[in-house]
Amino acid sequence: MVELSAKTPCADLLPLTVGALTLSEVAPTVMTTLSPYEGCRDALSAALEARYGLRWPKPNRSTAKAGVRLLWFGRDMALLSGAAPDRGLSDHAALVDQSDGWAVVQLSGAGAEDALARLCPVDLRPSVFKRGHTARCDLRHMMASITRLGPASFQIMVFRSMAETLVEDVKTAMEAVAARG
Amino acid sequence: MRITCPLCGERDRREFTYRGAALDAPAADDGAEAWHSHVHLRQNPAGPLEEWWHHQQGCGSWIRVRRDTVSHVMLASALAKPEDADGGSA
Repeated sequence: MVELSAKTPCADLLPLTVGALTLSEVAPTVMTTLSPYEGCRDALSAALEARYGLRWPKPNRSTAKAGVRLLWFGRDMALLSGAAPDRGLSDHAALVDQSDGWAVVQLSGAGAEDALARLCPVDLRPSVFKRGHTARCDLRHMMASITRLGPASFQIMVFRSMAETLVEDVKTAMEAVAARG
Repeated sequence: MRITCPLCGERDRREFTYRGAALDAPAADDGAEAWHSHVHLRQNPAGPLEEWWHHQQGCGSWIRVRRDTVSHVMLASALAKPEDADGGSA
């Protein structure tokens, strides 16, 4: 029998440090998209609050509690990560497992937004894009999800199939920022 | 060109794909002439035009945008209403 072993999307590519910036892979976790059925968003929010203590996120925002994160993920869609979805949620929303579908990385270090400024047409400076803010936006032609985790730390997600391109593009931007000194 | 997405805010045009003018479809029994006009004939105005744009690289919303075709000023934008949602199958 062939022995198969699980491999994360960026297993052979990360971590990577250039200058003050570090790009590392986020430990894989259960991820599920929640898409509320028509007219069910309030009921879904109540169910989420009862189960995880998290309400349905507003557009461009995320909430987190005790290792569970709820991330706004597009129109009428949120991504639940860090916990398996409660079965009761399926009364209010379509649940789709995304756990193996995304490359999830973290870019950290002073000036992380300078590197992202070379990749995304969105203002990610701390005065505008604060902790917990999230954006679905273009990252070098990839449909990315970007979330600020802290003062100098971002989570970046793209489709798993684009992991290598993501690392290559972010690495190039990190090098360009480092070269400016 | 920058387009205001009602959910995401002002974004670069590269995040959007264009569908075309936002037109009211004739009724199913309006006859061939009305449908021919709807499918094939366009006004091409020099000035404000209602259009459909898809925020493909962002939140995935269909947006009804009022754009001045002369100056490319974006005059208004709103999410497609649920009854307009089938405007998405370009």
